[in-house]
Amino acid sequence: MTGEERPAADDIIVCREVHKWFGDFHVLRGLSITVKRGDVVVVFGPSGSGKSTFIRVINRLEEHQRGDVIVDGIELTHDIRNVELVRREVGMVFQSFNIFPHLTVMQNITLAPMRVLRRPRSEAEKQAMELLERVGIPEQAAKYPAELSGGQQQRVAIARALAMQPKIMLFDEPTSALDPEMIKEVLDVMRELAGSGMTMIVVTHEMGFAREVADRMAMFDEGTIIEEGTTAQVFDNPQHERTKLFLSQIL
Amino acid sequence: MTTSPEILKPPVITTGPIGWIRTNLFSTRLNALLTVVVIALLYFLLRPSLTWLFFDAEWAAVTSNLKLFAVGQYPSDEMWRVGVVVLIVSLLAGLSWRVWSGVARTFARAGGVIFVAMAFVPLSLDSLDVEARLWILANPFVIGLGYLLARVINVPPGRLIIAWAAAFVLVLFLLRGSGWMPGLPEVRTTQLGGLMLTILLSVVGIVASFPLGVLLALGRRSSLPAVSMFCTLFIELIRGVPLITLLFMTQIILPLVLPQDTFLDFIVRDRVMRAFVAITVFSAAYMAENVRGGLQAVPLGQIDAAKALGLNGFNVTLYIVLPQALRAVIPAIVGQLITLLKDTSLVAIVALLDIVGIGRSIILGNVEWRGSQREVYLFLAAVFWIFTYSMSYASRRLEEALGVGRR
Ligand SMILES: Nc1ncnc2c1ncn2[C@@H]1O[C@H](COP(=O)(O)OP(=O)(O)O)[C@@H](O)[C@H]1O
Ligand SMILES: [Mg+2]
Repeated sequence: MTGEERPAADDIIVCREVHKWFGDFHVLRGLSITVKRGDVVVVFGPSGSGKSTFIRVINRLEEHQRGDVIVDGIELTHDIRNVELVRREVGMVFQSFNIFPHLTVMQNITLAPMRVLRRPRSEAEKQAMELLERVGIPEQAAKYPAELSGGQQQRVAIARALAMQPKIMLFDEPTSALDPEMIKEVLDVMRELAGSGMTMIVVTHEMGFAREVADRMAMFDEGTIIEEGTTAQVFDNPQHERTKLFLSQIL
Repeated sequence: MTTSPEILKPPVITTGPIGWIRTNLFSTRLNALLTVVVIALLYFLLRPSLTWLFFDAEWAAVTSNLKLFAVGQYPSDEMWRVGVVVLIVSLLAGLSWRVWSGVARTFARAGGVIFVAMAFVPLSLDSLDVEARLWILANPFVIGLGYLLARVINVPPGRLIIAWAAAFVLVLFLLRGSGWMPGLPEVRTTQLGGLMLTILLSVVGIVASFPLGVLLALGRRSSLPAVSMFCTLFIELIRGVPLITLLFMTQIILPLVLPQDTFLDFIVRDRVMRAFVAITVFSAAYMAENVRGGLQAVPLGQIDAAKALGLNGFNVTLYIVLPQALRAVIPAIVGQLITLLKDTSLVAIVALLDIVGIGRSIILGNVEWRGSQREVYLFLAAVFWIFTYSMSYASRRLEEALGVGRR
């Protein structure tokens, strides 16, 4: 890979030879990838290949056991202060939304800015309203999550992550728990976000979205990235047999 | 199948009392038969009880001892302190009515009605003298005053909670008094008794055992082995011992193991305090198990999401895990607190006279009342029922307000 030749300031995420085990199970097997600032990287591959584990390593929801993970110049180690710093800079959106059911939409979004960044309530709420406008549901601010559709909940989850003004956004199959008619509204928000210059890692099998939005793509298999390249390369000229096979199955 | 419209009988009445009886009691022949049999059975079973209740019962054992039931041996000269304490609670109830509305409003109003009824209860002035009636009658007005006060000045809910906490301390201090306070001579805790002691033991038990139980439950799940082992051991040991045993143990053992003549003397020297310790520790162990159930019910994804936002472990617990966990176990927690209220009557075993102890001592202590066991115990049951029912009512309303099951 050419990653090591690039100027380091441009590399916002660097993973080098990352290994992780769940008990005896070797889930990440020497994974390396470099993500440049402002890039959108789509991650795909068969189920169980370690995609979720990989992006959870980036904000240390999972600990890796060997190799280096460096996020915006901060190396992830056991040092809890580094972990909290990184988590402030990295937003995450989950397959199952994980909206806080006991808080209103507004409270879901303002909680972290108020408790972590110590923003005053008025400022946090103003920013939350702007974000709700941005994801297209300002009228839902006072509601509880149970009153929203899945697509709306996922958009709240995106707004909640954006409220911390992250430099990087991680998406773990953000649309795969949604009914078909709601997938588009979430993808639209993500498309706009990508257009605004956000660095994004998106685990998804929405290949239309990938072709349109992604700068680079990474194919996972059995705990490693078996193919990585620009979107055009991966779609039009995949090098690896398994990539070809996988793409032919899902396209 | 015919194509011409069918001719239907007119629909049976299903509304109003007659409709209700029809649909619920006489809907089928079997139901009608069952209804008749049950009514006959009830008549034969309940007739003696009802005749006794309405014609034969002698309530003098209760009505002549109202003060004993209410406050035990509290010195008559100091009764004004009890009056002031009740007024303080009424004032706060009035404020809460306005500020929190909902269940606080129901309780404030019900309290007002009960006070009025008590003030004008048709008993002789020997049972309840004019002075006592006036003290009681002041309460509905103070509740109203609190309500109006909160309308005029803006009381933030947080401030009100602080006021309740401050009042709690003030109340304990007022009731006990102290040697060095002019006008507030010390009342020995053994003179606290009756319903007042029952309520004090319960409220202190609840206020202390709730946070302790939550801490124990969190501690049990701690990643530090020492903390989690200590909490597990504590919970399991306490739960393995009956409350009676614990009450005896704190009475006898605490004075032996705690150092003498230190700031802990208020526990070492004081029988009521030692009972508090037993009740609190006992209730906290059960509370911890209830809360643990709630903690396990919080999905891991919630914690992931909170961590991913950069919240630290303490904030994740405080703002995400605990609110969801406690919500899920409100019924269990309230059940536990109701048990605590009823269990306070066990303090009679260590010679404290809570309301049940007073009842027993009235029956046993005076030949005159020996025949009135039924009346006394029925009265006690009614008093306990009022309190426990209020608690489960409050719990249901709380669940509704918090949207349990919906959110
Ligand atoms: N907490 C865990 N404990 C044990 N095994 C796990 C855990 N999380 C994931 N795994 C296993 O690791 C493998 C990779 O999982 P995951 O990263 O979720 O894959 P993907 O997202 O690509 O489907 C799977 O075989 C899964 O069963
Ligand atoms: Mg996955």
